[in-house]
Amino acid sequence: MDIATHVFSALYQFGDAFAFLVLSACGLAVIFGMMGVINLAHGEFIMCGAYVTAATVHAGLPLPLGIVAGTIVSALVGVLVELAVIRHLYDRPLDTIVATWGLSLIATQGTLIMVGSTMAGVGTPFGSFQVGDYSYSIYRIVLFCAALGVLAGLYALFNWTRFGVLARATIQVPHMAAALGVDTRLVYSLTFACGAGLAGLAGGLYAPTMTLVPTMGATFIMEAFVTVVIGGADVFLGTAPAGAVLAVVKSVMTSWQGQLFGQIGLLVAVIIVVRVLPKGISGFVLRERT
Amino acid sequence: MTGFFSLFRRLEGPQTVGRGRAFWGLFAIVLAVALAYPLFSDGYTVGNTVYFFVWVFIALSLCLIWGYGGSLSFGQTAFFGIAGYGYGVLTLNFGAAYGFTLVAFVAAVAIAALFAVLLGYFMFFGRIAGVFLGIVTLAVTLMLERFMAQTAGPEWHIGAARLNGFNGMSAMPPLTIPWPGEPIVLFADVGLYYFVLGLLVFVYLALRILMNSSFGNVIVAIRENPERAEMLGYDVRKYQLITFVIGAALAGISGVLYTAWGQYITPSSMGMTAAALPLIWVAVGGRSDLTSTVVGTLVVLAAFQALTIYGSQYALVFMGVLLVLTVLIAPNGLVLGAMNWLGRLAARLTQRAG
Repeated sequence: MDIATHVFSALYQFGDAFAFLVLSACGLAVIFGMMGVINLAHGEFIMCGAYVTAATVHAGLPLPLGIVAGTIVSALVGVLVELAVIRHLYDRPLDTIVATWGLSLIATQGTLIMVGSTMAGVGTPFGSFQVGDYSYSIYRIVLFCAALGVLAGLYALFNWTRFGVLARATIQVPHMAAALGVDTRLVYSLTFACGAGLAGLAGGLYAPTMTLVPTMGATFIMEAFVTVVIGGADVFLGTAPAGAVLAVVKSVMTSWQGQLFGQIGLLVAVIIVVRVLPKGISGFVLRERT
Repeated sequence: MTGFFSLFRRLEGPQTVGRGRAFWGLFAIVLAVALAYPLFSDGYTVGNTVYFFVWVFIALSLCLIWGYGGSLSFGQTAFFGIAGYGYGVLTLNFGAAYGFTLVAFVAAVAIAALFAVLLGYFMFFGRIAGVFLGIVTLAVTLMLERFMAQTAGPEWHIGAARLNGFNGMSAMPPLTIPWPGEPIVLFADVGLYYFVLGLLVFVYLALRILMNSSFGNVIVAIRENPERAEMLGYDVRKYQLITFVIGAALAGISGVLYTAWGQYITPSSMGMTAAALPLIWVAVGGRSDLTSTVVGTLVVLAAFQALTIYGSQYALVFMGVLLVLTVLIAPNGLVLGAMNWLGRLAARLTQRAG
């Protein structure tokens, strides 16, 4: 096997890991970066998106529409959760973790009771292609492009729209924004819905590649949390570079020692990074800038 | 000698609810009932009660770290699992003769504490606090579960002990006390009941003394305002690390007792659900006090077991609802709220009488 195929294989694995980390983390990062709230039910929003996507595809809709449906339903559930629970806990960040964990227990077990222990999956579209001795799934490349698309979309949303400006004002000085007439409660609600919707989008995108079980959220959250911890509070300066760094760690460790060691590598990376950069990559970059 | 007696004065203080003759009278009555309980019950029920007591230690560890220290740790189940597996590996390798199970008990708890020193060093000296601490400890816990779950193959063994992947380890000997003549084997029965009850009372009283000592006061000061504590000259990181390690050892005691009780431990004892349950007991009971944690844990556990018998699927949903409602409506915990209310009522009554 020549060098080019090796390089391609490494790049492919990197892209796959990067897409997984960024897609599963960005919903969490938006909510954490804007509101300082860690949403432990993040995995369950992903599960919700995946289930809705699968259900709509089984009902006869094409996959892209199913993914859109999954995103929208997750965002709506996010609005409900924000209104019912999160809204009352903004001044108690530790309690939001505990409360969202309670929600995650309810969602996992509730899904198990209502839908059953597994749900019929969706086939992976697009087939595969051959490079050298190995065949690669085209859908993984689509996922990588989707991750880049989500990052670009978020950048546009927060920098070029009125909502984005209001939202960034609200993060910086909430009282001042409120005094200037910004409805900060509405901004928080919409941000939470946006994060929940992104989680649903991740679920919908990955629905064709995984087994749909009520505990599937747990396969995402560790990676998502690790990325957010390393990235820090900013989506663009934090999540994206953290995703890139961790993707290297994960793909190298995985191809060297297998999937489990890929995850252990992530964990070791996070423990070392928090020792060196307690505020994550974005904290480091922003401190250098000011 | 006076130093020793002055320790007992620390049994009451600003950091623990309950003082005076009324509280300790009630304590003595509860203890007497607990001591007499096996006389009126059968071995199976007593063994089941031990199961409840086993979990109180991990709840106390969370109460110490989260309630008093103010750092939310999801990692207690990791220490639980490490100590449980440690006990299993040690006793399966070296047997139970000459009281070795007690040595294994101490060694397993020490392993868990050492692991906490390592993890805590990186976390507290990296000055991670608040929500990040919760995430890192949760990630460690989940990682351990995944690691243990994939150890099914025969190549995963430590000495004579197979780790057995998701099925878990079993058939380790129960705790055995060496005794002239015949060693006393503590099966999940009356013997283990008295052993665990004694340990529980000891740990409870020792923690009361610790929390009302200057160490405990510093811990609470750090919870209230870390910067202020630091300005007053306390090394915040060191105090947090010590609290974390004590907490890990307590969780380790739970792990060893659980393993010895059922002679069985699996990776799922470190999973998401297992990590959530102690949090629910402590939050519902009232995390900032030792007594309310103990009472809350026993009450919620009993309720959970009753629910599991009548509607096993819905028990976890109910627990989740209970947790969310507690956080929203009674953030200080239901039992602690009730205890404070009773205390005020008693004070008003004595005032009126006097």
